[in-house]
Amino acid sequence: MSDAALVRMTGIVKDFTGVRALDGVDFTLRPGEIHAVMGENGAGKSTLIKVLTGVHGHDAGEILLDGEPVRFSSPKAAQAAGISTVYQEVNLTDNLSVAENLLAGREPRLGPFINFRAMRRRAKELLDDIGIDLNVAAPLSSYSIAMQQLVAIARAVDIEAKVLILDEPTSSLDRDEVEVLLGVMRRLAAKGTAMVFISHFLDQVYEISDRMTVLRNGRLVGEWATADLGQNELIGHMLGREAAALEQIERAASAHRVEDEEPLLQAEGLGRKGSIAPYDLTIRRGEVVGLAGLLGSGRTETARLIAGADRADSGTLRFEGRKVGGHNPRTAAARGIAFCPENRKTEGLVGDLTVAENMILAMQASRGWARSIPVARRDKLVASFIEKLGIRPADPDMPVKNLSGGNQQKVLLARWMLIEPKLLILDEPTRGIDVGAKADIQRLVAELSADGMSVLFVSAELDEVTRLSDRIAVLRDRELISVLQDEADMTSERIVDTIVAGGRES
Amino acid sequence: MSPYAKRLMWPVVILLALVAVNIAATGVDFIVPSVNDDGRLGGAFVNILRRSVPLLLIALGMTLVIATKGIDLSVGAVYAIGAAIACQTIMDSSDQGAAGTVLTAIALALVVTAVIGAWNGVMVAAFGIQPIVATLILMIAGRGIAQLITGGQIPKVEDTSPFTELGRGAFLTIPIPIWIAALALTALALLTRRTALGMLLESVGGNPEASRLAGIRSKGITVLVYLVCGLCAGLAGLIGASNLGSADANNGGLWIELDAILAVVIGGTALLGGRFFLLGTTIGVVIIGTLEDTIINVGLSSQWQFTAKAIVVFVVALLQSPGFRAWILKPFKRTPQARVEAPAPAKAEEAAK
Repeated sequence: MSDAALVRMTGIVKDFTGVRALDGVDFTLRPGEIHAVMGENGAGKSTLIKVLTGVHGHDAGEILLDGEPVRFSSPKAAQAAGISTVYQEVNLTDNLSVAENLLAGREPRLGPFINFRAMRRRAKELLDDIGIDLNVAAPLSSYSIAMQQLVAIARAVDIEAKVLILDEPTSSLDRDEVEVLLGVMRRLAAKGTAMVFISHFLDQVYEISDRMTVLRNGRLVGEWATADLGQNELIGHMLGREAAALEQIERAASAHRVEDEEPLLQAEGLGRKGSIAPYDLTIRRGEVVGLAGLLGSGRTETARLIAGADRADSGTLRFEGRKVGGHNPRTAAARGIAFCPENRKTEGLVGDLTVAENMILAMQASRGWARSIPVARRDKLVASFIEKLGIRPADPDMPVKNLSGGNQQKVLLARWMLIEPKLLILDEPTRGIDVGAKADIQRLVAELSADGMSVLFVSAELDEVTRLSDRIAVLRDRELISVLQDEADMTSERIVDTIVAGGRES
Repeated sequence: MSPYAKRLMWPVVILLALVAVNIAATGVDFIVPSVNDDGRLGGAFVNILRRSVPLLLIALGMTLVIATKGIDLSVGAVYAIGAAIACQTIMDSSDQGAAGTVLTAIALALVVTAVIGAWNGVMVAAFGIQPIVATLILMIAGRGIAQLITGGQIPKVEDTSPFTELGRGAFLTIPIPIWIAALALTALALLTRRTALGMLLESVGGNPEASRLAGIRSKGITVLVYLVCGLCAGLAGLIGASNLGSADANNGGLWIELDAILAVVIGGTALLGGRFFLLGTTIGVVIIGTLEDTIINVGLSSQWQFTAKAIVVFVVALLQSPGFRAWILKPFKRTPQARVEAPAPAKAEEAAK
């Protein structure tokens, strides 16, 4: 790593109509370094990246690339100057081969025709360079999202990238896949490629990055070498609070033990072919039950059967002692079972409807279309939940699609809190949202359970599950393998051990 | 400007432009209603409105169907069925002038068309058939059913029958079809906006899976909406038949479904479902009606009708495209100033400079 800056951005200002998104931000990127840009949603991370990659022009400030002032009018111009971006969603063509995707637009030619043999050879070299081994003739869709992500990176690197920007590249990857990706990043760094890394996963940021730049509300908080900045300090800088808010949630729920409470819900042999093997699970009143396991272990499937989102083809479900028949989302809601699905955009919210409309949707659905909620009552309810959950912007009439992920999640939570359910099922409620909103939601779960609501909490983040849950059901390979009960078992290590042990037995 | 007003702005601008062209061509008489000898309102624009009523009724029903991400291609055929049932019933009766006969005929036509609409809805909601396919069945079969009802003839109602008042009569000087249209628009607006029906069907159209998981009875709502659409088409058929005094199973309401879809789109409701605008659809219908007169008034031959319609649709579609609007309005937009919402310290400094 040399001290000469590859990219130096100074005093960058970017205004959107009425809102200053970046206010005098400096950013320096050195050759061969992995530089994390940290901040909550709305801190200005993506705006900064978009200014650097030519998506947005900046209103003031200067960008130097290799000491030369530059101003990119389009992403294409930035790419030509050696700045490539890999986005969260893979922007490649599924039904073309890996080689075609890698070299699209730059195919080796033989006269007017594409030289497929040369193309495959070149593609192979590219992948070898970053240390992955794929069949380059196979269609891209035959590989996992992780591999597709790596192909996207290989493609970006081949376009003579001096600077590679990785915007949430790991958000849909599982643990092993993340390791491969981080390995590729290290290899590229060793070759001198500078990388900007944006991720919500603090562990990954600490594992891979050399330096961090922290933004808050469009301003620069500071730049640190990763080794010099502790996690709590980092979160403090991001949130603008000295103590990390996450620490304070520390098991508010554990104060009350719920073992002697009567069961609210009992699943006996509940299962669905091809989705989740039959399982037994009991949820007591006021209890937070966590569902832990790796991606694809059947966490979501388990929750969906209880929620009535999918139909079980075996077993029985008892709720408040009575056998549940004809289980579907509507009857579940009528009984007091609420379900916040994993995918907010496709299964949770109606993007075109306003914040207020999305909030009252479940309540209105239970009343039927003919009995509209009186406007005054509705406005009052909506305002109180916007206030209570700290939804920003606090505008009930804004289309919900314009909100950030964390705020959208809060709207979804408000929808179900409005009907005062007895059991709240949360599937990955904190995925892809910023640290502040995450802390808010975790605190809320603890509060709700303290008030007597039962919660089924699904999360890929073990820390979060252990922090909030009274008991944890551990899943592996679409099977519920164990339920951890003891306070001493509520650790990430214990869960990982259980998953590993569960694999050995079978 | 509210998003609602924004959606309505361009259709209104187009309509005003068309009206202006007509006034320039034929004078102010185009828009000012005249009072006929028999005390009824007349004049070019009133006639346009009166003639547009069947299309309006159908387009309003279509708006609701489209809001659920659906489409109803059968409305033209249902129009013909409604007209056929009413005319045939009256013709078969002994006394065409009796109020009882006319009321029976109207009721029968409305009940049957509502049932047909509900049938479309059941095919879409319960059997999961794609709306375009489900309603295509009746689009084709419906005219056959109308032919069976009329026995292949064109039943004619005597001009003395009170049935013809539905299309030709007037109440308080205003033509009865316009009253019916106003009532239907008001009733649908109340039905969708005073109850939660509007929001729930926007939700079902905007995101069916999210709506299911929120516990909305989307099947019931879908069936209801297709039923309303069928009923609207039946009512439109009644007015059309009453105006002509006859029911033509083959040509009554021919291609009206396409004009209705057009009016919905001009009015700002997206074919992808979700948000819908009954008032926008109404303006869209009046635009289409006015356009036909405009072609004649500016001295073009009637062969221009389809081409002119296409041009208007093209212009409206362009104006509604955010990309095109941004491009055309670019030179007129001021560079946005850095306005400050909250009085943060650094921003206050900015303002002081």
